[in-house]
Amino acid sequence: MAIPLIYNVRSVKARWTSAIVAVIGIAGTVGVFVAMLSLARGFRATLVASGSPGHGLVMRAGSTSEMMGGVTLDSVKIIQDAPGIARDSAGPLVTQEVVGVIPFPLISSGTDANVQVRGVSPNVLRIRNFVKIAQGRMFAPGLNELIVGKNANTTYSGLTVGNTVKFGGSPWKVVGVFDAGGSSFDSEIWCDGPILNQVLKRPPNIFQSVTVHLVSPDTFQQFKDAITADPRLNVDVTREIDYYAKQSTQMTRLITVLGGVVASIMAIGAVFAGLNTMYSAVAERGREIATMRALGFGAMAVVVSFLFEALLISFVGGAVGCAAVLPLNGLTTSTMNFQTFSSLAFAFKITPELLVRGIIFALAMGIVGGLLPAIRAANTSVATALREL
Amino acid sequence: MKFSALIFANLFRKKIRLILTVGSFAVALFLFAFLGVLRNAFNRGADVAGADRLVVIDRVSIINLIPLKYRDQILQIPGVKSVTHNNWFGGVYQDEKNFFPQFVIDPENQRQVFPELIVPDDQWNAFLKDRQGAIAGASTAERFHWKIGDRIPIKTTLYGGGSWEFNLDGIYHGQRPEDDETQFWFQWDYFEERVPEEVKGQIGWYVLRVNNPEDSVRIAKAIDDKFANSPSETKTETESAFAAGWVKQFGNIQFLIMTIGSVVFFTLLLVTGNTMAISVRERTAELAVMKAIGYSGRRVLIFILVESLVIAMIGGLLGLGLALMAVPALAKALNGMLPQLLLEPSILILGLAAALAVGIASGILPGLGAMRMRVVEAFRRV
Amino acid sequence: MVRVDGSATSQSLIRVRGLNKTYSRGGEAIQVLQGLNLDVDKGDFVAFMGPSGSGKTTLLNLLGGIDVPSAGSITVDSDEITHMSGSKLTQWRARHVGFIFQMYNLIPVLTAFQNVELPLLLTKLSKADRRRHVETALAVVGLTDRMHHYPRQLSGGQEQRVTIARAIVSDPTFLLCDEPTGDLDRKSADEVMAVIEELVGKYGKTVLMVTHDPVIAARSHITLHLEKGVLVEASRVSQDVAAGGAS
Repeated sequence: MAIPLIYNVRSVKARWTSAIVAVIGIAGTVGVFVAMLSLARGFRATLVASGSPGHGLVMRAGSTSEMMGGVTLDSVKIIQDAPGIARDSAGPLVTQEVVGVIPFPLISSGTDANVQVRGVSPNVLRIRNFVKIAQGRMFAPGLNELIVGKNANTTYSGLTVGNTVKFGGSPWKVVGVFDAGGSSFDSEIWCDGPILNQVLKRPPNIFQSVTVHLVSPDTFQQFKDAITADPRLNVDVTREIDYYAKQSTQMTRLITVLGGVVASIMAIGAVFAGLNTMYSAVAERGREIATMRALGFGAMAVVVSFLFEALLISFVGGAVGCAAVLPLNGLTTSTMNFQTFSSLAFAFKITPELLVRGIIFALAMGIVGGLLPAIRAANTSVATALREL
Repeated sequence: MKFSALIFANLFRKKIRLILTVGSFAVALFLFAFLGVLRNAFNRGADVAGADRLVVIDRVSIINLIPLKYRDQILQIPGVKSVTHNNWFGGVYQDEKNFFPQFVIDPENQRQVFPELIVPDDQWNAFLKDRQGAIAGASTAERFHWKIGDRIPIKTTLYGGGSWEFNLDGIYHGQRPEDDETQFWFQWDYFEERVPEEVKGQIGWYVLRVNNPEDSVRIAKAIDDKFANSPSETKTETESAFAAGWVKQFGNIQFLIMTIGSVVFFTLLLVTGNTMAISVRERTAELAVMKAIGYSGRRVLIFILVESLVIAMIGGLLGLGLALMAVPALAKALNGMLPQLLLEPSILILGLAAALAVGIASGILPGLGAMRMRVVEAFRRV
Repeated sequence: MVRVDGSATSQSLIRVRGLNKTYSRGGEAIQVLQGLNLDVDKGDFVAFMGPSGSGKTTLLNLLGGIDVPSAGSITVDSDEITHMSGSKLTQWRARHVGFIFQMYNLIPVLTAFQNVELPLLLTKLSKADRRRHVETALAVVGLTDRMHHYPRQLSGGQEQRVTIARAIVSDPTFLLCDEPTGDLDRKSADEVMAVIEELVGKYGKTVLMVTHDPVIAARSHITLHLEKGVLVEASRVSQDVAAGGAS
């Protein structure tokens, strides 16, 4: 025979101060857990969204990131003729890009942050077709014009349509804001490739990377084989999505490790708080337990009853924790991506799956915090407990 | 103190509860120390930056190179004591995961500008004579178990893709615990002869020492004015400003850490306050009897506060002690991703103070309640 | 000699005049004690009886200085305690009163020795002196061999005897007992009463005791009933015994 659950609900309500304490302990831990993970995931998602499985990325052999490499214009011409590349009426869908970092002041602190500036080919929007102009227009090739990603627009000062900014010794006019679907490009500034090259004092006709739009993701291997076999080229070919996934590893790992350590420590603390609450509850209710045992409820029923109570409290704690951090979802923050040396804005990404994990974490803490006290409750000898009257 | 038997007897009233409450303090203080270490690690650059050092970079982009020939012109500016230059090598040692910063240095001036990074004279002299020589910081050398005389191959990613080999001629140590001991230095001459033509004669950034820190602003402006309107304009700022700006790019780390820290302490306060309250409530009758036989309300308050403080201090010391042991292990796990993880005395002192504060706060309410409780009412309540 | 009519003129040890105590309960004012008088001399052993709610415990609390009257005066050994400030009253209690309550007397986490020592910690006695007093007190109640036991290791009667030891250890002016045998079986109750009687008979202690048990009350010199807020003498027999024994 099971002890009615309403007994537990009423007991929790009667000792509500202790219960609230445990709830807050668990809520805090779950909140930190969900927030940290959503931060790491948001970071990763931003980078992964930047890469498409249908794109190939070509960089100089041995480069670990775009900024390091150099691919000549001649090589670009060779690449354009490779098999597997999609073409439209204007020609092969290939964009050769110049990548650098330029300091711009952060709106939040006024100090400079390094922003990734990408000099692109005029046909870039046809290749990265998830990118749309949200405000203003695309820049005109050959001119000192910029379009800025939607995150760059809100993170750095001066990057609004119609404004003129100065870098590299020349004025640049901001003519548009683009929406790159939450990818790292949203933190970038785009302009004309050759012009950026001059500004960065790079040798002319050298690009950091070449991105090709493949006929389909399946033609990647065909493309890669053709390129690597060609003796005139000294390049590495990767799927764009793989490149970006790798770009996010260091930072993601850092946030995950740090966040994991913090959440684990807090979990131990929360379990202690829970144990304290449950042991106190068991001690204070010695008589009630004895009465129930005397009435005929078995030891198992007592254990289950107290465990249920612990789980009830921890579930509420988990729900409160999740609810508390939910407003963070979509909130953008920016940090520096070590691997590309530039500032990257990304958003907290809280998914239903992450919330479920948070609740499970809470319930796990509840079990750990409730099991031993529950067993002790069941072991309370009836005679001893009644003698305490 | 003659009341210590009473206080300790009361503390051990419920052993498990005592362990859990002490444990809660330990956990909170461990986390406090951990967060403090993190915060300091992020701010490290700004903290160790020399007050009398300036950094000169390309105005347009930090990754652009600037001409070596600027050096002599910088030296001519009054107030400049010495100038050195660095290039970022950015190579890979065995695996991308084994990251450590590699700098091309100017041996002639390195020690004048960075006197806190100490190399024994014999090692330095060997390095000077060796074109392919290298000096590594103590923690990087330890990480890869390098010994002097080892041959270190590093694959370049920025300059061609080949493997460059170096002889480890020396190991440097920082003067202070917080100095960076992860750098790898090698000769400018060797670098110059191996890089492609278009990169020759160019350096990444200058670091210079000034005679008087108060002159920094004037000198910085003088340098930037000198090279204004040239093909390579410069941006000069003090090392600490540079480092602080760098940290700001990591986002509001400080805010994040403060927020988590506050959540933790608030919860700790609640938990321990509640525990003290329960423990005092259990003793209502006894406390009433003690007051009846002549113990004043104030004395009772003090007993409870002392109990609370003992728990806080023991838990706090335990947590901080554990942190002291854990930080080196954590540093190893993060593998060079973050600079020097150090548990500084300031964190320990602050932690103890915080534990003290929470100890008092959690005991004060139950203590005041016990102090004010009228004996007669207490008996009626029981 | 014990008197309840307020007529004694000589200096009694305990002298109560016109004692009033009123409680407000749920808006109503209940006057528990109404103009109560009492005189007790050194060496008297007085029992108070009365129906439940009559105010016996209230009277004891007032005499012991753990409650303050609404009106009237209480003088103990020339100290007028009714107008003493809180801290002075606390100090007075420590010096002059030995308390023995019905239950919860002993601190469970302290040994018998440590419990008895508690009042002495408030004095300036050295550790050695304290030990001597404690051992003496425990010897008087016959529990020397249980000195280092915890209350949970003692029977109910033994616990009360330890309480008595604690009550006498600082040699107080008088002892107040509130149902000292209330929770005990007959045998333990006898043990406890035997000790109290010895304290009065052999050591000349003054004892005021509240009880609901007439058999226990009969072991005192005189039983007083609390009725309608004042004390009334119970029987002629008790009074004669008091008159013959004291003075």
